[in-house]
Amino acid sequence: MDGIVGKKSGLVWAVHLSTLALVILWVLPTFGLLVSSFRTGDQIVGSGWWQSLSTQVQQLAAVRIEGDEVERDGGFVIEGQLYAAGTDVSAWGTSSREPEAYEPGAVADLGDGVALTVGADGAFALSSPTSMAELRMPRVFATASTPPEFTVNNYTNVISSPMAGQSIGQAFLNTLTVAIPATIIPILVAAFAAYALAWMDFPGRALLVAFVVGLLVVPLQLALIPLLQFHNWIGIGKGYLGIWMAHTGFGLPLAIYLLRNYMVGLPRDIIENAKVDGATDFQIFTKIILPLSFPALASFAIFQFLWTWNDLLVALVFLGTGNDQQVLTGNIVNLMGSRGGDWEILSASAFVSIAVPLLVFFSMQRFLVRGLLAGSVK
Amino acid sequence: MHPALQALVVIVIGVGGCIFYFYASNLFLDKVLYPARGPNAGRNTNRANMIRPWLFLFPALALLCLYLAYPVFATAWLSLFNRDGNFVGLGNYFRMFDEPKFIESLRNNILWLIVVPAAATAFGLLAAQLTDRIKWGNIAKSLIFMPMAISFVGASVIFKLIYDSRDANLSQIGLINAVWLKFDGGIGSFLMLRLVPFVLIGCLLLAIAWGGYSVLRPLLQGQRGGPLLIVARVLGALVAAFLVYALAVWLYGIVTNDLPYGQPQVWLQKPYWNSYFLMAVLVWIQTGFAMVILSAALRGVPEDTIEAATIDGANAFQIFFKIKVPQISGTIVVVWTTITITVLKVFDIVLAMTNGQWETQVLANYMYDKLFRALDWGMGSASAMIIMLLVTPILIWNVVNARKEMR
Repeated sequence: MDGIVGKKSGLVWAVHLSTLALVILWVLPTFGLLVSSFRTGDQIVGSGWWQSLSTQVQQLAAVRIEGDEVERDGGFVIEGQLYAAGTDVSAWGTSSREPEAYEPGAVADLGDGVALTVGADGAFALSSPTSMAELRMPRVFATASTPPEFTVNNYTNVISSPMAGQSIGQAFLNTLTVAIPATIIPILVAAFAAYALAWMDFPGRALLVAFVVGLLVVPLQLALIPLLQFHNWIGIGKGYLGIWMAHTGFGLPLAIYLLRNYMVGLPRDIIENAKVDGATDFQIFTKIILPLSFPALASFAIFQFLWTWNDLLVALVFLGTGNDQQVLTGNIVNLMGSRGGDWEILSASAFVSIAVPLLVFFSMQRFLVRGLLAGSVK
Repeated sequence: MHPALQALVVIVIGVGGCIFYFYASNLFLDKVLYPARGPNAGRNTNRANMIRPWLFLFPALALLCLYLAYPVFATAWLSLFNRDGNFVGLGNYFRMFDEPKFIESLRNNILWLIVVPAAATAFGLLAAQLTDRIKWGNIAKSLIFMPMAISFVGASVIFKLIYDSRDANLSQIGLINAVWLKFDGGIGSFLMLRLVPFVLIGCLLLAIAWGGYSVLRPLLQGQRGGPLLIVARVLGALVAAFLVYALAVWLYGIVTNDLPYGQPQVWLQKPYWNSYFLMAVLVWIQTGFAMVILSAALRGVPEDTIEAATIDGANAFQIFFKIKVPQISGTIVVVWTTITITVLKVFDIVLAMTNGQWETQVLANYMYDKLFRALDWGMGSASAMIIMLLVTPILIWNVVNARKEMR
């Protein structure tokens, strides 16, 4: 089509540029958090993540000089190191009003013959003709540049050590414990029902399909209290068993709808031939329908996995709050409340929770797209 | 028992139990109850075939009824009782409408319902059209689609960093504030913060006004349709009028507002505007969904209609708006309603980012507050019923469409 009208090159450029802008806009937020999760806490609060590759120049906190004095050349000297290695002092001063009064290596006269010098590496020397035991020690204000620094410590920290109730590593296992059975169990239940709705003739079939379509949009908010009561009544209370059942129930409408739509499209000949050859419905289902429906089964499995992994509400309601039951999303919400400013913890935790869905997403995008196209009510 | 081990056992029992149930019940039906042999073989086969669908359906139906259908009625019933378990009729609903926090969440929800589906669908349509015919379109699509996989909570963390705000004398680590501080009130600020938004929103206002007018026009010209159609037209025009009014207020604000240049803003604590910052998160997530579906629909537009338009001298914009969009309008409605449902249930984003403070409350979070913080099950159920009420039109629409398709 392109080029029929000619003079389209300008438009083509515009298309490329606006696509690029859109993609950047959509990727940048995640990318920012990813970069932040590899920076040290000091670096994160020191400068925006987009500056993480450049050396930071920042005002360091004031340090009061301390140390034991040594008698040397008829005077007294205190020597030592003010800052950690790697710091590059670009200017310093002795009062908060003039924090950049001196160059590194310059000598500041503090009166009474007391002199202070601070080197570029943060080494200082305070000298005085008399003993400084009674002297009120000066404070040093310095502007220093720190080189960019990346670390994986944030990840090792959050995975192993508890920050809000429990460690992210434990929450990861809990989430996995919730998600896997809640993904597998509904598939089978739904597949049988979908087969019946697609290929078996019985009165009320259309009504049942409509019923399933209707349930597709029922907000699960309505189900919380009655189901909690029900779970308490049958004695399973809050726990894994309850959440597996809840996720199974909530996932079924989509599962049945997706699978039925797919199975209806399977060629009629195969099924009728099998029937003529004497296969029972059960055999047709297990030997023909199930293998042929693999793409639809995979689509639904991905949906259900992403949904159960990312869910917060169902986990808050149906799972206990104990440490061995908190899921990733719940843990992160707690962290946002209690450690809201500690971005090195938050960003690493968030990325641990995002990593698995992203992996699933990028490796099985094909099935996901197919499922979306089949699953949205036409 | 360790939970992971329990999970394994449950998988085995669940899957094994399912297979066993289906296998055994079929066997029982065929061999014991109605065996297809003996004098009544034919009748037995027919009877077995009448029962078999229900064997296949039973577990799914039981779960559906118990976990989704029954709770709707149970919640409706619960909403009629107060905290002490006394029957109060519609008392909970009346009490709820007296609560400013509820009115606030209702107002916010309406705002969400208008903005998020519209923005996500528009961005999705834009992305679908842009990526359709370029070589790296698939990569672009997959990157825009990616947020779909991220949980609402994860997205909240991501955007909280973007909205982060620190004192003016510290360096900003939130992207929005860093950009904001670049504006100093000079000519650049005038262009970017006053002129460009004014023109954009002005265009949007005119577009909506035109849309509202064209919805209403057949009525003004005296054409009659069914009563439902008339109501729908009037309703559509009213919504458009409301939007035009809201945008006009914006326009006035853009011209007259005194912007606090040079001061970092705490975006999430600015009432009214903070709702939009929360909506941005959901738009960011849902655009990919809209894009994928609309892109498939765009590919389904018959090539010859486009060719004919090209030969008639239509330009790219005309082809898009006059040829493609009308042909995929059905899909646009589907995308719109699907996102609407998601919006009605949105809870995690508000809980994680503001927890409903600073006037950002929405219905789903209000309900959670009532149910599990105030422990008032009556009020909580009543607010859940409001969500159900808002979903009902879409539910009916879906069911009607599904039945149409079955025929």
